[in-house]
Amino acid sequence: MSSSSYSSATLSTGYTWRNALKAGLIFGIVTLFIVLVGLVNTFGERDIIYNVISMGQTLLLSMSIIGGYLTGRRTSDQSPGFSALYGLIVGLTTGAVIGLYLMLASTVNLRDIFVNSSNELLTLLSFGMDPLAGAAVLVVLFGVFGAVGALISRSAPLLRRALVTGLLTVVVLGVLEDFLNVLLSTGFLKPVAGFLFARSGLTIEGAVVLFVFSTGLRLAQPFLKRTTAPAVEWLDQPGRKPVKYGLITIVVLPLLLSLPWVLQLYLSDVLDNVGLFILMGLGLNIVVGYAGLLDLGYVAFFAIGAYTTALLTSPESYLGWEWTFWEALPLAMLAAGLAGILLGVPVLRMRGDYLAIVTLGFGEIIRLLALSEALKPYIGGSTGILGVPKPVFFGIELKDAQYLYYVILAGCLIALYVSWRLSDSRIGRAWIAMREDEDVAEAMGINLVQYKLMAFATGAMFSGMAGAIFASKLGSIFPHSFNLLISINVLSLIIVGGMASLPGVFVGALILVGLPELLREFSEYRLLMYGAALVAMMLLKPEGFWPAAQRRRELRAEREAAAAKEMAEAVVTTTAE
Amino acid sequence: MRKRLLPSQFDITSVVVWGIGILILAVVVGGSIATLRQGIYAPSVWLDFFIFGLAQGSVYALIALGYTLVYGVLFMINFAHGEVFMSGMYIAFYFARAFDESGFLNRNPIVALLIITLVSMTVSTSIAVVLERVAYRPLRRAPRLVPLITAIGASFFLQNAFRGLFGPRTKVYPDVDILKGSWTVFGIEILKIQVIVIIAALIMMIGLYLFVQYTKVGRAMRAVAEDKDAAALMGIDVDRVIVITFAVGAALAGAAGILYALLFKQVTHTVGFIPGIKAFTAAVLGGIGNIPGAMLGGLFLGIFESLGPNLFFSGLNIPAPNQLKDAIAFTMLVLVLIFRPTGILGEALAEKKA
Repeated sequence: MSSSSYSSATLSTGYTWRNALKAGLIFGIVTLFIVLVGLVNTFGERDIIYNVISMGQTLLLSMSIIGGYLTGRRTSDQSPGFSALYGLIVGLTTGAVIGLYLMLASTVNLRDIFVNSSNELLTLLSFGMDPLAGAAVLVVLFGVFGAVGALISRSAPLLRRALVTGLLTVVVLGVLEDFLNVLLSTGFLKPVAGFLFARSGLTIEGAVVLFVFSTGLRLAQPFLKRTTAPAVEWLDQPGRKPVKYGLITIVVLPLLLSLPWVLQLYLSDVLDNVGLFILMGLGLNIVVGYAGLLDLGYVAFFAIGAYTTALLTSPESYLGWEWTFWEALPLAMLAAGLAGILLGVPVLRMRGDYLAIVTLGFGEIIRLLALSEALKPYIGGSTGILGVPKPVFFGIELKDAQYLYYVILAGCLIALYVSWRLSDSRIGRAWIAMREDEDVAEAMGINLVQYKLMAFATGAMFSGMAGAIFASKLGSIFPHSFNLLISINVLSLIIVGGMASLPGVFVGALILVGLPELLREFSEYRLLMYGAALVAMMLLKPEGFWPAAQRRRELRAEREAAAAKEMAEAVVTTTAE
Repeated sequence: MRKRLLPSQFDITSVVVWGIGILILAVVVGGSIATLRQGIYAPSVWLDFFIFGLAQGSVYALIALGYTLVYGVLFMINFAHGEVFMSGMYIAFYFARAFDESGFLNRNPIVALLIITLVSMTVSTSIAVVLERVAYRPLRRAPRLVPLITAIGASFFLQNAFRGLFGPRTKVYPDVDILKGSWTVFGIEILKIQVIVIIAALIMMIGLYLFVQYTKVGRAMRAVAEDKDAAALMGIDVDRVIVITFAVGAALAGAAGILYALLFKQVTHTVGFIPGIKAFTAAVLGGIGNIPGAMLGGLFLGIFESLGPNLFFSGLNIPAPNQLKDAIAFTMLVLVLIFRPTGILGEALAEKKA
């Protein structure tokens, strides 16, 4: 390896055109995967900028921009001209892979194997031209954008950030056009919506204005920061905590309370789903984030909460007691909490990965039992339990998503408060100690049994609460609603947000639950996204998007230690040679 | 002093755990006696169950070897191994279909099946090697939960990538004429296909055992499993050995995929998940990290799962006992990890290193 980098004409990092070709090939394969998996196709119909560029095309081109950008970063010790050249090579190679596919697919029928390799896809990729011309255009476009990406990454830091912000703003707002249109369509903002949004995506003028505006805002940020700094500093002083939280409450609370009426019915439903996942996320955050017990059977408690509620409230259930929702709710939470302890006891002595698999087994056992013929007389087997009534609050039936939102909001706030108070309490610190090292924690006098069971029970209770609300929201429950995917979903959102981080749960739920529901075409790719998100987060950003303060410190320390170790090893090997 | 919620750590957990154990034992013994006394199934039916279980178990055993090999070397549960198993048979399906359409499959069944198996093994191996390179290698020094979460993510990614690429429809493997029908051995009628699956799996298991015991690479694998740093000092390229370990495990999974496809015919993107978890159960049952253990565990689980539901539940008048097949396997996993986390042949890994 070392000899080849000496022989080439280029410079110190030894980044050569070969590296660029390799990077281009990898990017090409990734892009081809995105194409064949159907993402470009699915998004082909939605526009980012009306009649200019569709979401599918944006996705394709962004791959070459990202490729160029990363190349630019890897060649940062060379002149920008070289970076641009390498960016061009990466882009051209990426384009060549897609171009080759295009040629191949237009001569051989790949549809039998790759279901998305349809004629529409080919037209989309070749811009409606014949394959050869289309492929040529594609390669050139990819090359140009690769070079642009490389140049963006090599421009001055402030300019670079501003450009990236501008591009991202346009893309994100374009993607969320549906949702924002609904949001802005009421009241005085209507003309703004009319200016920005076309029938699908942004208008051209809107896109330009948005780009200029967001780029300008980012450029002005250092100045803005300087002007607001005194106010922030004033608020950050120790005695001003009540003022700070008071201000936050005054701003946030009315917003939270009016949200379902601003969003209207369909979006409120989405909001409710996000809320339920936040509630479960907060619960699992205690188990996984605080106590470090990787629980993959978390859905079991959700199911137990839902089934308890359904059994107690529905007139069509086996019990037929017809309790009200409010009477059933505490019992559902209690049942879930008890189940948490019961399932917790056997796994007390297990660690890490074994715990994960066993809890996964538990979750599946609960689902299979709910589904089985054996328990059908009691809990309905695969037909589930129907006729779960809606909650009634002082004579008002909380009949749809807009009303139920408040129940979910209250639940989330309670869970948030409990988690927040627990996090720095004696219990919370015991959990964290246990997470870091069980043996040391035990030696420090922490009763592992007690604290583990407490974590399981608390987490399970929140999940039970979510289950109870879920049952009465849907009005009927089926075993199929309680599969492993829910556990994975909740786990993913915690990890994306940041383990043990409370704001992280909200961020994670918005990204992983809210976003796919806003992009309805995307829902099919949800699980693909979860899987990719889990892997990518672990590889690139294990602390999550909104890391807990303590976790951030730890990871930094770990990374430094690893770097030091590597350095030491490098020294050892070089001396050995 | 802090007040304690529970009197003592040992007592309560043990009582609950043993309570659960005794309860399950009671159901199992009571159910079996009731079933046998009522004579619900004729002895020949039990034998059929047994042989089917053996065939199914040999597939589990082959997959379980992949878990055990990787665990032995990296102390990591490769959660995506079930998807590695699925991917091989999924791609090989397209070859099988093409061979079937051209008539090659029934004209030259042995050659065709060998090619299909090779394709499956190659695909599984490539996927496992890429997976190791992209997802696991950068995390080798990370805390233990990190690679596990990555593996879970990879598992879901692979499943849904296949769904996206090849569509959600179930694919049905073509029939092979020479594998139809049955043979009569000592007056017992056995389906040909089951015999072939069992024999093929046995040959591969023996092959693996010889490979690990007697080849240079196998010896290197054992050395790395014993102590990575010491192995590196002895001049073993640890990274290469780890890749080979993944590759060998995946090749066996790829072969298992074809056997599974011959037995059950149907392939979807989710087909690897349940066998994956069951094979993991088998690996734990035999003692994870232990190669003969995984083989034994797989065969045992296969038979247990095939006989179990009918034996335990039929006599208790529980309807549709076979629905609870998977539940039995999971319960078994939980029980083994509670009562004998070392497995049948393993050392105490579950508590120490896990």
